Amino acid sequence: MAEKERKLPASSTSPETEEYWAAAKEGKLLVKKCNGCGKTHHYPRSLCPYCFSDKTVWTTASGKGVIYSYSVMRRAPIPYALAYVTLAEGTTMMTNMVDCDFDKLKCGQPVKVVFKPTDGGGALACFTPA
Amino acid sequence: MSIKGKAYIGGIFEHPTRLATDKSLAMIHAEVAKGALEDAGLSKDDVDAYFCAGDAPGLGPMSMADYMGLTKLKHFDSTDVGGSSYVVHVGHACEAIAAGKCKVALITLAGRPRAEGMATGTVPRSRGGSPTPDEPFEFPYGPTVVNMYGMAAMRHMHEFGTTSEQLAWIKVAASHHAQYNEHALLRDVVTVQDVVNSPMISDPLHRMDCCVITDGGGAVIVVAPEIAKSLKRPKVKIIGAAETTKNQMGGAVDLTYTGARYTGPASFAEAGVKPSDIKYASIYDSFTITVLMQLEDLGFCEKGKGGAFVSDGNLISGTGKLPFNTDGGGLCSNHPGNRGGLTKVLEAVRQVRGEAHPKVQVKNCDLALAHGTGGSLGSRHGSGTIILERE
Repeated sequence: MAEKERKLPASSTSPETEEYWAAAKEGKLLVKKCNGCGKTHHYPRSLCPYCFSDKTVWTTASGKGVIYSYSVMRRAPIPYALAYVTLAEGTTMMTNMVDCDFDKLKCGQPVKVVFKPTDGGGALACFTPA
Repeated sequence: MSIKGKAYIGGIFEHPTRLATDKSLAMIHAEVAKGALEDAGLSKDDVDAYFCAGDAPGLGPMSMADYMGLTKLKHFDSTDVGGSSYVVHVGHACEAIAAGKCKVALITLAGRPRAEGMATGTVPRSRGGSPTPDEPFEFPYGPTVVNMYGMAAMRHMHEFGTTSEQLAWIKVAASHHAQYNEHALLRDVVTVQDVVNSPMISDPLHRMDCCVITDGGGAVIVVAPEIAKSLKRPKVKIIGAAETTKNQMGGAVDLTYTGARYTGPASFAEAGVKPSDIKYASIYDSFTITVLMQLEDLGFCEKGKGGAFVSDGNLISGTGKLPFNTDGGGLCSNHPGNRGGLTKVLEAVRQVRGEAHPKVQVKNCDLALAHGTGGSLGSRHGSGTIILERE
């Protein structure tokens, strides 16, 4: 277990993504779904990166997923685990694994979302073993 | 239209420095340009096309043409796809020459991250200025160069059973070559045990899985056939070139392959040769995993079998089936400006010319490949491949 948690910097928002960050503050993980082709994508875009339709809508993700890959950065003042998590909704997002023993992480491991505060009063979607 | 046989490498130069505290960035660009022109037997005023990437100061071609006194330019290109830029530039220079836009194309690279004390691989870097659209969704999580490549390595191990020992063989091979390069930063021959016992930087990549951080630079001059004929240098013909980008696919992330999956087959098709014909390969070596995945994607071995392919010295000149990076590459010799594509071209040209160090020169090296990956295997990168033939 990492003794101390790394300070998370705030993310910049834009008119395209402000809903995502507002929801994160309320503990909700949003993903973009395309009503044109039905696919979910991440990071969120206004135009679907699969079919280029502009009919993309925000949906609330279940917060469940599995680790696609990860790497524990040992050469940092406070080591941390960078990861890609594939959400139950099908899309994969970059994240941090938190509140866990980094040496026990595995590709394919089930995880669930947990929000961590950032500088500036925001929140960031991280994951922890389910 | 194909670029096959439409252009030649006329001159090359690699800066011998690995620490340039006494030089400006522009100065290194100019010094490597001068070196390559002298190698070719051309003069500055013969240059009618100039190529550079994001490492060049100011507004690329505008600033550098002014500084170097290039006044005859008819064509320029500042395509920036990280470390792969310069391999891509060679292909672009061929296209411009084939289209009759220019005859003597100069490509330069320079950088001094070591003099500047840059923590290249281990500190997350915001790109600053206007943020890229991915940045808010990635930067807070602390992606660095090493942990992003680490995630690619971790997934490769998970899917294909690749081991740290297999990755280590890539560094071992590079070190065998670097011992003969008087300019290489690291000249000690290392063992698999040395690599796997070196400190873990970001799992599963150890310090010795990572390339060096150095200053320096290099230049390449691509010329039209009639110019090549007039030069007193061995003729190195470009017979294939391809480029692409690969990314996160909107969240359908697949870290098991690189852009070489396209640029390999495309450049081989243009050249009319196959991987088993290649006598020497310069393979981008930011990390050991970079080499392994590119070898698979270029078609030197089956996907997932890269670990077995690189083991037991198979990449060592004189003993292995595919000699690679015989200058010691980025893993041992240099990685100027954190961009290794240009030096990949240089060693491939030396091999085809028969001018590599005698201890690592591949016999009858009439066909070579150079491949670059710029950016990150873990998120988005550019890929460039060229195939060179001795005439």
